Amino acid sequence: MDISLQQVEYRYQADTPFERLAIQDVSIDIPSGTYLAIIGHTGSGKSTVLQHLNALLKPTGGKVIIGDREISRNNKEKRLRDIRQKVGIVFQFPEHQLFEETVEKDICFGPMNFGVSEEEAKKRARQAIKQVGLPENILGKSPFDLSGGQMRRAAIAGVLAMEPEVIVLDEPTAGLDPRGRKEIMEMFHRLHRERNLTTVLVTHSMEDAARYADQIVIMHKGNVFKKGSPEEIFSSPEGLIKLGLDVPEIVRFQLKIEQTFQTKLGKTFLSMEELTEAIARLLKRGNPV
Amino acid sequence: MEEALVVLDHVSFQYEGQEGYALKDVSFEIREGEWVAIVGHNGSGKSTLAKLLNGLQFPMKGKIKVSGIESTEETVWEIRKKIGMVFQNPDNQFVGTTVQDDVAFGLENNGIPREIMVRRVKEALEKVNMYQFLNQEPHHLSGGQKQRVAIAGILALRPEIIILDEATSMLDPRGREEVLQTIRELKDTERLTVISITHDLEEAAKADRILVMNRGQLYREGTPEQIFQMDEELIELGLDIPFPVKLSKALRKRGLPVPKYFLSEEELVKELWTSHCNK
Repeated sequence: MDISLQQVEYRYQADTPFERLAIQDVSIDIPSGTYLAIIGHTGSGKSTVLQHLNALLKPTGGKVIIGDREISRNNKEKRLRDIRQKVGIVFQFPEHQLFEETVEKDICFGPMNFGVSEEEAKKRARQAIKQVGLPENILGKSPFDLSGGQMRRAAIAGVLAMEPEVIVLDEPTAGLDPRGRKEIMEMFHRLHRERNLTTVLVTHSMEDAARYADQIVIMHKGNVFKKGSPEEIFSSPEGLIKLGLDVPEIVRFQLKIEQTFQTKLGKTFLSMEELTEAIARLLKRGNPV
Repeated sequence: MEEALVVLDHVSFQYEGQEGYALKDVSFEIREGEWVAIVGHNGSGKSTLAKLLNGLQFPMKGKIKVSGIESTEETVWEIRKKIGMVFQNPDNQFVGTTVQDDVAFGLENNGIPREIMVRRVKEALEKVNMYQFLNQEPHHLSGGQKQRVAIAGILALRPEIIILDEATSMLDPRGREEVLQTIRELKDTERLTVISITHDLEEAAKADRILVMNRGQLYREGTPEQIFQMDEELIELGLDIPFPVKLSKALRKRGLPVPKYFLSEEELVKELWTSHCNK
């Protein structure tokens, strides 16, 4: 399912004295099957964009096209349910939303709420729990007896059980240890490929954006500052650094090498192997002075 | 020899209704003025350690001493005066309606007279560079700014030790740097001892010493230099290796002259440049 934001503007508490412009003139195309990363500081408008992706917010200007549906200010769109079923959002710290007596009931809650039979919901719960890498016997446990990492996975399983076509991830690894972070990111990458999902990742981590995304959007002060493939985005890292954003460690290191050696390495490298090779070539060339 | 500021002596702790120990026979010392990073996988006992240090829980076996005072239910208030904690979520620890009310909260609770309070609030906010936000409401602040206000609230109480319990993990890179820079400055000017519980290995690499926790036990302690030589062992513990170390290793494997694993990018670049010029 394609999603497209066209000149989207959103004002919180519009037409009141408390009105605040959050995003402006935001145009982003997310063709079906894309892995898109949205990056920006706190307050850059990332979360506002995110909430437009399944019509939690309705733009105050411009329009959002989700599949064959159009969401805009004057469009009195009803029946947003099927949008919300097709676009699943994993919010930050999703484990805070666990509430049922058992993991199974918690996972089944979403699908059953959308009219799926109990039997089918339970079947989906079993699948989903496997997909997030938890053993099936966890379904009978209370979600509150699980470890932090397991709780996060159980909560994610709840979103997967809705069988969404698009999955939106808001800082899915916040608070996890390095191994947990890597496992969760690898899991979403696998799901993205295996289930032909469209994935939108909202993150602070340039490393994750560079590693997993095919497209990156950089938000700054409510606008799209830059968009493109990781190679395009990081080929001119100076602009990002000026905004106070991180660039991937590899890119940052390449910049430092280029400054010290007063030379360019050619293209921008995004993998450790490529950078190592480039440095080896540079050193082999001998003293350039 | 002078006794260390914090002493853990064979400390064990178990949560009620849980099998197994959250902490098992943990002993270490922290000296005055040190910056110690405590790292470990989720559930390794890091946060339990923080709770024990601050007297939110007490050891079931062994003892904890803070500036010579053993932590018990009788001494807990005395110990809490010496320790300030900054927690993970900036929104959960903002209690005042304005920045200055928030900083004043702890002072008020301690019955500090108003004149002194006003002065201390001002001083504390100046130290974290937030004085110009005196009358701002919290929702106008970024995460990094809120954490700095939380730190000011702690400074106003003049503690000896500040514990950061994953205090930067919910911040964006800029906010994280703001907070760490503030702490670094304060450590020197205020002679604070800093205990930082963190997953951020770049941050840990800058500490004086690192304690590695694993399954409730102290697995290893040492300087960042020593700890990051552990290499793959760290990954097995659910941790990671900082980027400069990874790259040093990759370059060396590629046959380039990298004599050791560098902890900072600057050092590594300098080493490459030097070896290049000496060819």
